[in-house]
Amino acid sequence: MSIILQVSHLVKKFGDLTAVNDVSFNIHAGSCVGLLGPNGAGKTTTIELLEGIKTPTSGNITYNGKPLGQQFRNEAGIMFQNTALQEFVTVKEMLIQFSRFYPKTANIEQLVKDYALEEFLHQDTRKLSGGQKQRVLLAIALINHPKILFLDEPTTGLDPQSRHNLWEQVRRVKDNGATILLTTHYMEEAYELCDEIAIMDHGEIIAHDAPDALLALHFNDVVVQLREQDILPMIGEEVFGATYRNGSAHIVTSDVNSTVKKLLQLKVPLEHLRIRARDLEDLFLELTGKALRS
Amino acid sequence: MMWKRIYALFVARNTEFFRDRSALAWSILLPILIIIVFAFAFTDENPEKFKVAYLVSEDIVTEESNSAFKKFLATRYIQFIPVQVIDRNLKKIKRHQIDLLIDPQTSRYWINQTSPNGYIVEKLLIAAYINAIQAPIQTMVAGDQVRYIDWVIPGVIAMNTMWGALFGIGFVIVRYRKMGVLKRLRATPVKSIEFLTAQIMSRLWLLITVNTLIFIGMDFFFDFRMFGSYLDLFLVFTLGCICLICCGLLIAARISNEEVANGLLNVISWPMMFLSGVWFSLEGAHPWMQKFALALPLTHVTEAAREIMIDGAGLAQVSDHLLVLMGTSVLLLLIGAKIFRWE
Repeated sequence: MSIILQVSHLVKKFGDLTAVNDVSFNIHAGSCVGLLGPNGAGKTTTIELLEGIKTPTSGNITYNGKPLGQQFRNEAGIMFQNTALQEFVTVKEMLIQFSRFYPKTANIEQLVKDYALEEFLHQDTRKLSGGQKQRVLLAIALINHPKILFLDEPTTGLDPQSRHNLWEQVRRVKDNGATILLTTHYMEEAYELCDEIAIMDHGEIIAHDAPDALLALHFNDVVVQLREQDILPMIGEEVFGATYRNGSAHIVTSDVNSTVKKLLQLKVPLEHLRIRARDLEDLFLELTGKALRS
Repeated sequence: MMWKRIYALFVARNTEFFRDRSALAWSILLPILIIIVFAFAFTDENPEKFKVAYLVSEDIVTEESNSAFKKFLATRYIQFIPVQVIDRNLKKIKRHQIDLLIDPQTSRYWINQTSPNGYIVEKLLIAAYINAIQAPIQTMVAGDQVRYIDWVIPGVIAMNTMWGALFGIGFVIVRYRKMGVLKRLRATPVKSIEFLTAQIMSRLWLLITVNTLIFIGMDFFFDFRMFGSYLDLFLVFTLGCICLICCGLLIAARISNEEVANGLLNVISWPMMFLSGVWFSLEGAHPWMQKFALALPLTHVTEAAREIMIDGAGLAQVSDHLLVLMGTSVLLLLIGAKIFRWE
């Protein structure tokens, strides 16, 4: 696959704060890349630099080998994290307005059909629900048949139905051959949609590969999961080095047999025991730590 | 392609404006209400301060040579303005900029017979001269008289232009920036100059339409004077609109806070409203204030419109005002486009 977007030694400073620190990576045409990181890691700043919305302090970004310019503007589709639509206009008028900005545009009727916008097509943009608004914003981002699509936390704040619906739409875009770069806080979303993920922290990319490759690289163990009430933290933490979250004790082990044997010896009830492979959330917490970020 | 994008932005802004009924109603009703209120209020009003111009001679210290005039000069609440020539000041009497002009040496005075202020000042003058050897000689200003409503209407239309331009543009752009609408536009091929041009065009035609409706409506109610060319007046207001819109654009070029924008717009609009001669003449005001007024675009719109409507002036006679408006517009637009921020 050819490289569509090349990022070299990207730096963005806001006064004394370095939001993006020497970031370099390539995005291949037709791939879906997820940018993950805790709050304040520099994801949004990075994606906005790549979108050409912000100017880097130093470093280079090239699109198909050329600096970001008019061709990039014509061929990029962008869905921001927080965007208000112009008020007092309908969804259809909004789509028509944006279609007039580009030399080549998608068929609006087809877009409306594909992204199920019919029921609120003639509705004022102020009256859209969160899920409807995200679908409209995605349709607007796709109005120019983009070759590269940027999605900044596209499903934040959506209910599970709306989120799964949006994933379907993103898959459809990907199936049509577009390159996608998305940021998200949902590990499941990244795993479902992305061919590659890049994990950022403190403005730097600390891991970048295919999700399964990253998991294989960082883990050779599994998680034994028990209900919190079945194994007291005193035993769990002391004996097994367990971590507690969401009402469960998580014991990381590479030897399941001996762990289960030890649990039986300690008379821990095993009715609700689950064994699962390590997932992206484990990897994310392992790499970025568990301390809260502002 | 550029014009296609400008057209798209133009249509979107107009659609938003016309569907926002409260904003639309406010834009049309406010100036009409102002006109009606002021037309009725000013017809009967006795302002506290009257303006009397008196002719000064270089040879004789006039006020000392005439005790009656000295007595008149001592009248409170009258502002006495020394002048050198008669002709230019007769025009000011005609336009209610001065209430009375007197030549103390000959005791001859001029008033506008339709001026309520002139009537009162004349009574005070006659009272001061009651024991004088020579009674003052009245001369009415020749030609058509200008009512206050004739004088104030060009200024009110100009003022409406100012509010519509400054707040209609400045506030909208700041709101767009705050909401992220501008950021979304930046992610498209739209360029800042295209966006600004669309905003100017959208606001310009809205203001011209509203001004035309106000003009027709007020003419129907008050039958005011219009001696000049409608085309010339249209040009003056169009240039005035552009200049004031550019002023709004400059203010909104970087701000993303509506409170700050509101404060700045008020800081600019209120002095313009009071110092541009919309409601009252700055005749007799401190010279630096008169000079400051000349730096305000609204002064030039108001003056040029008055000269066309009241005096029947042509474009050549108002060319100085037009040049100032054109130059200011270009300067403000260039600075505005240069410092414009999408976010």
